[in-house]
Amino acid sequence: MRKHLLVCFSVLLFLMLSQSVLGQSSDNDRFAKLEQQVVDARASADNGWMLTSSALVLMMTGPGLALFYGGLVRKKNVLATMMQSFALMALISVLWALFGYSLAFGPGNGFIGGLQHILLHEVGLQPQADYSATIPHQTFMIYQLMFAIITPALICGAFAERMKFSAMVVFMVLWSVLVYDPMAHMVWGRGGLLNAALGGRFPTLDFAGGTVVHVTSGVSALVCALYLGRRLGYPHDAMPPHSVVLSFIGACLLWVGWFGFNAGSALGAGSLATSAFISTHFATAAAVVGWAGAEWLRNGKPSTLGAISGAVAGLVAITPASGFVGPRAALAIGLAAGIVCYFMVAKVKARFGYDDSLDAFGVHGAGGTLGAMLTGIFASSAVNPIFKDAQGRVLPSGLLEGNAHQLLNQAVGVGIAWVLAVVGTLIILKLVDMTMGLRVPDEQEIQGLDLSQHGEEGYYWEVST
Amino acid sequence: MARKDTIGKFQPSSTEWFFKAQTMTKVEAIIQTSKLEAVKESLHEIGVEGMTVLEARGHGRQKGHTEIYRGREYTVDLIPKIKIEMVLTDDMVERVVQAIAGAARTGKIGDGKIFLSHVDEAIRIRNDERGDRAL
Repeated sequence: MRKHLLVCFSVLLFLMLSQSVLGQSSDNDRFAKLEQQVVDARASADNGWMLTSSALVLMMTGPGLALFYGGLVRKKNVLATMMQSFALMALISVLWALFGYSLAFGPGNGFIGGLQHILLHEVGLQPQADYSATIPHQTFMIYQLMFAIITPALICGAFAERMKFSAMVVFMVLWSVLVYDPMAHMVWGRGGLLNAALGGRFPTLDFAGGTVVHVTSGVSALVCALYLGRRLGYPHDAMPPHSVVLSFIGACLLWVGWFGFNAGSALGAGSLATSAFISTHFATAAAVVGWAGAEWLRNGKPSTLGAISGAVAGLVAITPASGFVGPRAALAIGLAAGIVCYFMVAKVKARFGYDDSLDAFGVHGAGGTLGAMLTGIFASSAVNPIFKDAQGRVLPSGLLEGNAHQLLNQAVGVGIAWVLAVVGTLIILKLVDMTMGLRVPDEQEIQGLDLSQHGEEGYYWEVST
Repeated sequence: MARKDTIGKFQPSSTEWFFKAQTMTKVEAIIQTSKLEAVKESLHEIGVEGMTVLEARGHGRQKGHTEIYRGREYTVDLIPKIKIEMVLTDDMVERVVQAIAGAARTGKIGDGKIFLSHVDEAIRIRNDERGDRAL
């Protein structure tokens, strides 16, 4: 009897023990699985937003910028102007796959990346931890490509209605390699001289491309306008936009696409993306009020073209600041950009007489420079704790938080962008001018670039049959 | 002095001399774009059957308007107008002129003008009819 009890007891004990051991190991499995699922979910959310953002930024160039610029030219040049943007969507993409991405984001020195990622070698589906730990390296690469496309496309506004298409192609390929790739590497690349996130020598705060995109393109635009000279008949002949309607649609697409540009620059779907989205929107709204208001006071009427130009100016100025400031600073930056860019375009351009046909410098050069400097003033560590000391404590970001030195860093970043843009653009223009010529002959300019460069017309009305 | 009194009014006597010499007259009327419907209606009322309407741009003594794009001012001095052309037998001309002027007049500068000129021949393409029978 006793023996039986003992057997029963030991069997019971064994069962209980084995049960608990087995249970423990299955719990560990479940935790590990859960943790993996959390990581996967985060990665999927981030990747979803980044792919969406990539598409939004491409939409900014085509049709956004193509419509915006296309409407501002005379109707004989509408297709040629749109074609410039569209051609860059294709050209820069091919260049990016060949070696552009490697030069901008591959490991290299402080000024330019190396050739490790040539033909997208080692750019796979695993994350590149230095840039973003949660999204595939390829997602990061394609997102950055969209920036590389729109930046040279912005310059097209300066030489609109007079540059040869062939010269434009060669100029843009060289510009992308000699100006854009180094600037992107310096500010955003691993080991870049100005990289704020990865410990560069002069940490410049540029969340989404105030210096990389807008200062480089805007300043290069001014150099192009000065080098190519005025359009025939400027400023004597009237050259009003042939369709503010097209420009209006383009500007609205730019506003929407810019959410991908700025909020996407958070490289994830977290709260920083929200913050950048919000500041982008409020700055744009304030800039519309600023530009249209200034116009209303001066001319007695607020124009549609003024309102949409103000929106673009605000979007440009908030770009470097978008991930570093809250909505109140965004309103101030936007309002300032709207007013300053209005005077650049309406007064300064007329005063100096250069023919920056579609105001690429007045909006992107001036707005980008203003935005980059204001970022140094308004950047808030509460929004984005980018600077930390060795113990991991958060350090102040901008001037208003007591980091006066940041204004100097911003000035260094802006200064390098200006110098690189001026020198690089001048060299390329000279080179192209000497080998193939930049401008179309006078009779082709009069005929219009649609016919002379592309053999077609934007608006072809047959007599109805 | 007499001229000043008749500004804006049509003077039958001033056109009488060439009605007798010619059988057909071309009427070209340049009017405000907004008056086309009114003019067409009054022409239909007096029995005019055909006309050609052209969209035109031009200006006389009327000043244009100013447009401002990004601070640049443009004076638009060629203003959109409507030009109506028709060829009539002379007995219709006076009534047509009165109908057009009556319907198109606002009394302000920019109302437009009417021109009359001789027509030597008219030919109907369909059957080669000539003269006023072709009208």
